Amino acid sequence: MTDLPLKKRQVTPASSSKKPLLTMRGLKISAQLDNGWTEIVHGVDLDLNPGEILGLIGESGAGKSTIGLAAMGFARNGCKLSGGSIHFDGIDMMQASEKQKQSLRGARIAYVAQSAAASFNPASKLIKQYAEAPVKHGLMSSNSARKEAIELYRKLNLPTPELIGFRYPHQISGGQLQRAMTAMAMSCKPDLIIFDEPTTALDVTTQIEVLSAIRDIVREFQTAAIYITHDLAVVAQMADRIQVLKDGHTVEIADTQTMLNSPKEDYTKTLWAVRNIERQSRSPSINPVNDYILQLKNIDASYGNGTQKVLHDVSINVKRGQTLAVVGESGSGKSTTARVLTGLLEASKGEIIFNGLALPKNYKKRNKDTLRHIQMIYQMADTALNPRQTIAQIIARPLSFYLGLKGDKKQTRVRALLEQVDLDPDKYMSRLPNELSGGQKQRVCIAKALAAEPEFIICDEVTSALDQVVTEGILNLLNRLQQELNITYLFITHDLSTVKAIADEVVVMLQGKVVEQGPTQTLFTPPHHAYTQKLLSSVPQMDPNWLNELLIQRQHEVTL
Amino acid sequence: MFSLLSSLRQAPISAQFGVLIILLYLIAMIFAPVLAPYGETDILGDAFEPWSSTYLLGTDSLGRDMLSRIIYGARNTVGIALATTLLAFVVGGLLGIVAAVLGGFVDQILSRLVDVLMAIPALIFALLILTIVGTSTSSLILVIATLDSTRVFRLARSVAQTVVVMDYVEAARYRGEGLWWIIRYEILPNVSSPLIAEFGLRFCFVFLFISALSFLGLGTQPPLADWGSMVRDNATLITFGDITPLIPASAIALLTIAINFVVDWKLHNASGLKDE
Repeated sequence: MTDLPLKKRQVTPASSSKKPLLTMRGLKISAQLDNGWTEIVHGVDLDLNPGEILGLIGESGAGKSTIGLAAMGFARNGCKLSGGSIHFDGIDMMQASEKQKQSLRGARIAYVAQSAAASFNPASKLIKQYAEAPVKHGLMSSNSARKEAIELYRKLNLPTPELIGFRYPHQISGGQLQRAMTAMAMSCKPDLIIFDEPTTALDVTTQIEVLSAIRDIVREFQTAAIYITHDLAVVAQMADRIQVLKDGHTVEIADTQTMLNSPKEDYTKTLWAVRNIERQSRSPSINPVNDYILQLKNIDASYGNGTQKVLHDVSINVKRGQTLAVVGESGSGKSTTARVLTGLLEASKGEIIFNGLALPKNYKKRNKDTLRHIQMIYQMADTALNPRQTIAQIIARPLSFYLGLKGDKKQTRVRALLEQVDLDPDKYMSRLPNELSGGQKQRVCIAKALAAEPEFIICDEVTSALDQVVTEGILNLLNRLQQELNITYLFITHDLSTVKAIADEVVVMLQGKVVEQGPTQTLFTPPHHAYTQKLLSSVPQMDPNWLNELLIQRQHEVTL
Repeated sequence: MFSLLSSLRQAPISAQFGVLIILLYLIAMIFAPVLAPYGETDILGDAFEPWSSTYLLGTDSLGRDMLSRIIYGARNTVGIALATTLLAFVVGGLLGIVAAVLGGFVDQILSRLVDVLMAIPALIFALLILTIVGTSTSSLILVIATLDSTRVFRLARSVAQTVVVMDYVEAARYRGEGLWWIIRYEILPNVSSPLIAEFGLRFCFVFLFISALSFLGLGTQPPLADWGSMVRDNATLITFGDITPLIPASAIALLTIAINFVVDWKLHNASGLKDE
């Protein structure tokens, strides 16, 4: 990593003689729902100067991605641009013919999607896909495109830039793939790149690499960019200006410093506030020091008939009525630990002790009561709820299965549970899961877990698919339920700000081993284990200079 | 019922046409004794009489009224095809889902068994077995249903496999639910739309298969009227420039097309594609 740009680039002031590269006026977009067309973006204005980076932020469903795509004159399947104007460098994108727009896309406007893995063609090599756009637009020959690709791969800090292009998408990691995609977007040296949540699916340590790579290359080529994200700290590192959206309306526009230091609108302030929930430590006097509800002792586990060992000698103790967070990057064995605990994956060695009794390692051998007391909430609420069952049916099943409730009693309990997770029973009982938002689905999952009246709930990355405002709601709900019902949580996450908000104790995992375990307070105060240190420092801060400083510091450590 | 009608109103014209034709066939099946001018097996006049006001479509090789036999034929041909397809779906669909849910040993045995059955060309296999067991209506239904259930098994198994890996199925297993509950409430509702679409297609194939067997003399047995054997019995007329044998043939073709129109529409809906 050489010659890092240390200062923020000078932003071309809007008042300068330069014409804006992209202007949208009163943009309206409609989506086709079951009963005709419904407007989802209600007249948004947007300006982007050449070489400027604009951050678009907001909760899911705010219309960020839809507006990003509209900049290319494109509407998703089932959507249409229904009003207003879009001008890209003097070209009216609303009037332009499909052919005209296609000649712009790739060549002058490029797009980097959230999931690189789903956007690459899995059957063709990276470098071939890189060369596709420049050759198609007649900008260069396939050979010179390939040469440039290697150059760009090097600039983006991809390992072995000469060779990596000859791999297939599944052969490189998620972070590398996201950078390869950025290289591809850069291939025609476009005037504008739209980044649609490029780091949302990555864990914190990988996110850093991708962020710095994207930022450096965009600055080097003076490309204008629209950076779409729901993570404020990320956008603070990237953008010159930030535009906050909510429900298809613009809430506030300001340059990054102003927006971070003195947000004007109430809604913007709530976005800022989320990062600052702190858990009040539950007073230890309620819980005797060594009242462990669950202990994992020297667990080994592997996938594929013992060929791939993923857990090595893992020991974890969970105190009754507390929350234990398990953190680590993807592949560190966090979720495997949860699977071993539930018995869905049989441990090859070790002991699982629940309420003082050793549990069978396979869930099929456990009795109904044990199963009832250890409940699990999944990361993806979408796949954890049967799309063909109503909310009432979903929540009622554990009631009749475990507790034998019937008829009116069951219905009353379902209503009470829905109220407990702040969902209006009259409104939601008869709905299907796909009629709910992500946060609401997760609340239903929580209600379903509570229905079994468990002592212990495993939360597997329950908030990582949600945006910050919704996350705050879910975390507060979990904290409240714990106080009311004295439930113990095992909370798996890769997000350290979540840990601060919910955990009493933390276990740090790396490559299937426990690196550190201790109370949250202790873990967040130095000295740290080297890996914990890396994990902690990778969490984006709201300070716009955070990424610069971190990179300098890390570079310094390497040279030492 | 109302929502069914309103969704039909929004359906493409081809699907509406398909539904109309299917309804006409159903009416013919149910009210055959009322609609048909003569009895199904009555010998009325000379063989191969031409079209006239007495016998609207003429008579067949034994002097039975063609029109009446075509109307009664709907009962036999469509009725047997429907029973066969239903049986094939119950057996094949259930076993396919069971194989997907249980996996491992059970899946291996069932799948290999199906492979063996599928390796033998269906028509030849059916001819062989029907020659051995005889050509009663019930054995016809059983043999074709068995052969056809292998195709349904394949589809049901692969669709169910994508559902089995979902978290909600894992959650149900972890809750301690039994096999039947998982199949009935977690999997079946989520695989039903591709299976229903396949039902339409399978029905067409079975229908054609039975007609082909009848044409070869191993399907529905005389004196029962059925469209396949009616084509065979009267085929000689073609050489004299008489198009009568083409009428039962086109009755088969029309129903096949109508069903496919409806299936296409259902498939399109199930795929979630939206028209611009």
